[in-house]
Amino acid sequence: MNRRTWLKWSAAFGIAVAGLMGSGAQAQDTIKLGEMNSYKNFAAFLEPYKKGWELAVEQINASGGLLGKKLEIVSRDDNGNPGDAVRIAEELVTREKVSFLIGTFPSHVGLAVASFAKEKKTLFIAAEPLTDKIVWDQGNKYTFRLRASTYMQTAMLVPEAAKLKKKRWAIVYPNYEYGQSATAAFKKLMKEVQPDVEFVIEQAPPLGKIEAGAVADAIAAAKPDAIFSSLFGADLAKFVREGQTRDLFKNMPVFNLLAGEPEYLDPLKDEAPVGWWVTGYPWYAITTPEHKAFADAYQKKFNDYPRLGSIVGYSMVQSAAAVIKKAGTLDTEKLVAAMKGLTHSTPLGNITYRPQDNQSTMGAYVGKIGLKDGKGIMTDWYYADGAKFLPSDADVAKMRPAQ
Amino acid sequence: MAARPSGRGHFFPSFFPRVAALLANIVIQFMNGLAGASSLFLVAAGLSIIFGVSRIVNFAHGSLYMLGVYLAYSLIEFFGRSSIFGFWGGVLGAAIAVGLIGVVIEVLVLRRIYRAPELFQLLATFALVLVIKDAALYFWGAEDLVGPRAAGLRGAVEIMGKRFPQYDLVLIAIGPLVLGLLWLLLNRTRWGTLVRAATQDREMVGALGVNQSGLFTSVFFLGAFLAGLGGAVQIPREPAQLMLDITVISDAFVVVVVGGMGSIGGAFLAALLIAQAKAFCIGIGDVSIFGATLSFTKFTLVVEFVIMAIVLVVRPLGLLGKLQGAQRGAATVEPPLYPLTRPFWIAVVGLVALLALMPLGGDDYLLVLLIDIAVFSVFAATLHFLMGPSGMVSFGHAAYFGLGCYGAALALLKLKLPMELALLAAPLASGLGALVFGWFCVRLSGVYLAMLTLAFAQISWSVIYQWDAFTGGSNGLVGLWPSEWLKDRTAFYLFTLALCAASIIFLWRVVHAPFGYVLRAGRDSALRADAIGIDVRRFQWYGFILAGVFAGLAGGLFAFSKGSISPETLAVSRSVDGLVMVLLGGVQTLTGPVAGAAVFTWLQDSIARNTEYWRAILGLAILVIVLAFPQGIAGFLKQATARFTSAREREVVR
Amino acid sequence: MTVLSVKGLHKSFGGVQAVQDVNFQVAAGELLALIGPNGAGKSTCFNMLNGQLRPDTGVVTLLGRSLLGLAPRQIWRLGVGRTFQITATFNSMTVRENIQMALLSFHNGLMSFWRPANALYRDEAMALLDRVGMADQSERPCGILAYGDLKRVELAIALANQPKLLLMDEPTAGMAPTERIALMDLTAKLARQDDIAVLFTEHDMDVVFAQADRIIVLNRGRLIAEGSPDEVRANPEVQAVYLGSGAVFAGEGH
Repeated sequence: MNRRTWLKWSAAFGIAVAGLMGSGAQAQDTIKLGEMNSYKNFAAFLEPYKKGWELAVEQINASGGLLGKKLEIVSRDDNGNPGDAVRIAEELVTREKVSFLIGTFPSHVGLAVASFAKEKKTLFIAAEPLTDKIVWDQGNKYTFRLRASTYMQTAMLVPEAAKLKKKRWAIVYPNYEYGQSATAAFKKLMKEVQPDVEFVIEQAPPLGKIEAGAVADAIAAAKPDAIFSSLFGADLAKFVREGQTRDLFKNMPVFNLLAGEPEYLDPLKDEAPVGWWVTGYPWYAITTPEHKAFADAYQKKFNDYPRLGSIVGYSMVQSAAAVIKKAGTLDTEKLVAAMKGLTHSTPLGNITYRPQDNQSTMGAYVGKIGLKDGKGIMTDWYYADGAKFLPSDADVAKMRPAQ
Repeated sequence: MAARPSGRGHFFPSFFPRVAALLANIVIQFMNGLAGASSLFLVAAGLSIIFGVSRIVNFAHGSLYMLGVYLAYSLIEFFGRSSIFGFWGGVLGAAIAVGLIGVVIEVLVLRRIYRAPELFQLLATFALVLVIKDAALYFWGAEDLVGPRAAGLRGAVEIMGKRFPQYDLVLIAIGPLVLGLLWLLLNRTRWGTLVRAATQDREMVGALGVNQSGLFTSVFFLGAFLAGLGGAVQIPREPAQLMLDITVISDAFVVVVVGGMGSIGGAFLAALLIAQAKAFCIGIGDVSIFGATLSFTKFTLVVEFVIMAIVLVVRPLGLLGKLQGAQRGAATVEPPLYPLTRPFWIAVVGLVALLALMPLGGDDYLLVLLIDIAVFSVFAATLHFLMGPSGMVSFGHAAYFGLGCYGAALALLKLKLPMELALLAAPLASGLGALVFGWFCVRLSGVYLAMLTLAFAQISWSVIYQWDAFTGGSNGLVGLWPSEWLKDRTAFYLFTLALCAASIIFLWRVVHAPFGYVLRAGRDSALRADAIGIDVRRFQWYGFILAGVFAGLAGGLFAFSKGSISPETLAVSRSVDGLVMVLLGGVQTLTGPVAGAAVFTWLQDSIARNTEYWRAILGLAILVIVLAFPQGIAGFLKQATARFTSAREREVVR
Repeated sequence: MTVLSVKGLHKSFGGVQAVQDVNFQVAAGELLALIGPNGAGKSTCFNMLNGQLRPDTGVVTLLGRSLLGLAPRQIWRLGVGRTFQITATFNSMTVRENIQMALLSFHNGLMSFWRPANALYRDEAMALLDRVGMADQSERPCGILAYGDLKRVELAIALANQPKLLLMDEPTAGMAPTERIALMDLTAKLARQDDIAVLFTEHDMDVVFAQADRIIVLNRGRLIAEGSPDEVRANPEVQAVYLGSGAVFAGEGH
């Protein structure tokens, strides 16, 4: 390369830099929140989620905004990749000058942004990451989590599982942190309530790449009395179909985390596995006024029914709005202080961000899968309040690092 | 893989009463393996045929498979999911449609770049992956689509007391059937003879006056048709979803390489081997040896790559591979290196000084972006060092970046070293990885070498991904922030800039130094290099290690700039990003990788902010660049300026 | 002085005797031509000398030192230069850099990471290029040279390690007839100046009989004749072999 080339390059670079610098003016009459998520990687969950938060923003602004200002969400795709997520977090904080961060879906991205929030002293409300670590082992002062975690949802299924008094359990889980945590929590909690329980086989297929037929046959060969699964998405669909063809689920109780969420249940259509115990979201049957108001507004705006993602997105913005109202300021330390013990209403009922570990008490619906009009639904369901499925305060204190 | 200290499971089951059950289990898992192999074989056969004739490594082959699944879903819905005609008509229709899409791709894109360096074709097909993914998102939406069961084949048959799906029996038959038909097509028709001739010697077929473009187009149709068929027949077993492309392409590459590039029979064998290995890993489950539990089901995460690594180490051309004719593009000779003259160094110093002044601009995010660009420039420069001067294409270069990340992170978190020392652990860790992996890789060449680097990267990835206690598993490690004096963004920026600039300048010097010349000598003519006393492999190995060391340094800086790392730092997508950066910038120029890294990072950052379909736009941008500037950005600028410059260069151009 | 000595060389491939009991010697400053019809075993023989093939039995010594079992690059280090039937040069380098490459290797200067290679052994390289008449093209890339010029570059490369022996496989293949004589003239001149032993194989009988000091003839793996050009030309067995193969002896070449 020679000088002339270099000159050209420098010129091109200069233009690029100038272009970069030109964006990001900050209006005074808006409150900006930085939202990021892996929209492309987990589109099935996150499209309804986006609609959910859009609806919430619209409603808040229609009723006069916050602190006399309009609420604005600056949303970015983090590519499902912690490196990109941290860069985007930097961009949101430094260039967009957002007041705090919300969002994220996969656990590793959530943890990376949580670490960033701690380092840069920014409030972060993690909406969806289910990992227990985000509030416990790797929890920090600035990070709060909305959804019921892997541990909590597993704990919600355990009482039903223990009722059956089945001795030999098979476990199948996607081979990454979520599946591993769910499995570990299930084994621990089952042993506590039913000491003679045996785990006869564990299958850990790679996420998104289950060889469902082989896994179903291997489980059948182990002759279990019941199955605990934390599969979801395409893995779940494949496992259900191959297991059904092979009669694996005949007279076999199955417990499956998340499988009642419309995101994962609806694609199964008429093959939804009847009788499975699941956590999920029976939007069609919830009659509480706060849910009805939400669901009606959602259907009206988008001409589509809400998924669990819609609830998460909607509630996340409600949390953000509630904390801003409570703090009365956008000062980070005051916001963080206000988050502790913050209680507000959501479509699922009131939730509280626990002061001891920054975890919200949002619950989940536990029920059995049934079939209606060729579609999977949840039957015999009830709302399991998150507050009741958390470890003791002493245990939590042991897990959380000192501030 | 992951060993857990529990004593459950039995290495020797008390098998007397269980022999019959055991046998039934083995038979049924064997059948599962056979069913799994079929579709894998179809995709791989298509990839292999396309490679054999056009020498194009078609990254978009997995995307064609994905389209096959989606189209089958839609067509079966259209024809009626409950009729036998509806199902098979949909499957066949989808395969034909995908074949036609392959023709369109060949005519619109690939035909224009047959003469470009082969790596550029790779880049073009990668761009197609991005475009096709977003097109599928646009047409079919984000939700998983669970396809219908095959009409008339919904049930199961009884085999040794176990129920086995009827449809899987059909799948088991499809593999050998297609293998037989392909054999007939290739060995008993004039078209097949031409294809085989072209696979062996492209120039000769051209010389015989055969209509080459017609041949290529028809080969693309067949290859794409097979990919589409492979996807379509999976519709009762595989929900249509947007991640299929990446999953399948890596599997298909592995099968093709294990079988031997261009060998259909080899692909069949390899598909069988890999599918059976997976089925049996699942069937074996947990085994306890000496009190520790070995989980074979977790091993399925990486089993195909382990098989590939072993096969390539033992048989460098795959199971049934033969030495291919000369690669296309071998005729395009790289021009000599120009000495790094004083004006060049003045420009470099000027640019670095300019960059060092950036913090005065007051835009903090610009610094964040520039840190990313600096880090990826080093990463791309090391990959270029391998691909360009050393002639070793790596599909798994992220391994060394990631090992650097983890080396630094573990030194900081586990050894409690100060950040400055932990950063030194980064090149150490990656250098060590490169030393071990490189020793095997330099024994191969071309696509086989590239695939072995990929295998090692995937193996490293899977170990880090699963080793929860040490590497943090899939969650990764957090809390990796720099020391107090570097906490300030400006300080860290200047620190990174200094290290990255020094690394890149060092690499440039190395390329111009005797060591770099030896690598180029080995690439240009291993025969001649050997005849003047050069141990080519040994120097390639050293080169591999050197590239690994600096890639690791980039990784270490990356870790401290982000504060957290995850297995993604050594995933395939990171390796592909590196390839795209190098190819965008131009392989034949030294400054190309830096330009490529800057443009790629900047494009990704700015496009992603403005549109949901940023992948497609990035893909289209890459296609435009590939079609307009087949020499890369820096290569294009160089060519453009060459027209006006010194007599020396004109001499070269003439 | 005998530079290369070959005794009892044998090689078979899967039961086919490719080379049987071949013995010959090359002296310093001597040009020895190895000829024979296609498939006579010339290449096999050659490749056993340069280390690419290992003989089944036999002794190959360079100035008394055995070459058996050594790799080509080790044989080069002992002072054996090579040119190839199809030229092998570094096409992305200039002519001068090609020579510098060989010189760097000769002076064990390859593990150097900082100083530009382009500036090292520059004068020495130019001197070598001067000897083969390529000095005026020293800055051109090898990739765009005419074939005849490439042959000269190869010759210069082969001279870079101050060889005692030059192994030239079909040195004039692919060249125009007038260029062939010129190249071998040059080779002979250099060999005599530097006292280098030269062993070459060759198809072009004009070249062989014009330049070789001695000729050995190989047929079906055996040496059937050895001697001066005149002796070989007069050898009836050689005539029979060449007539039988259809080649024109002392003719135009092919």
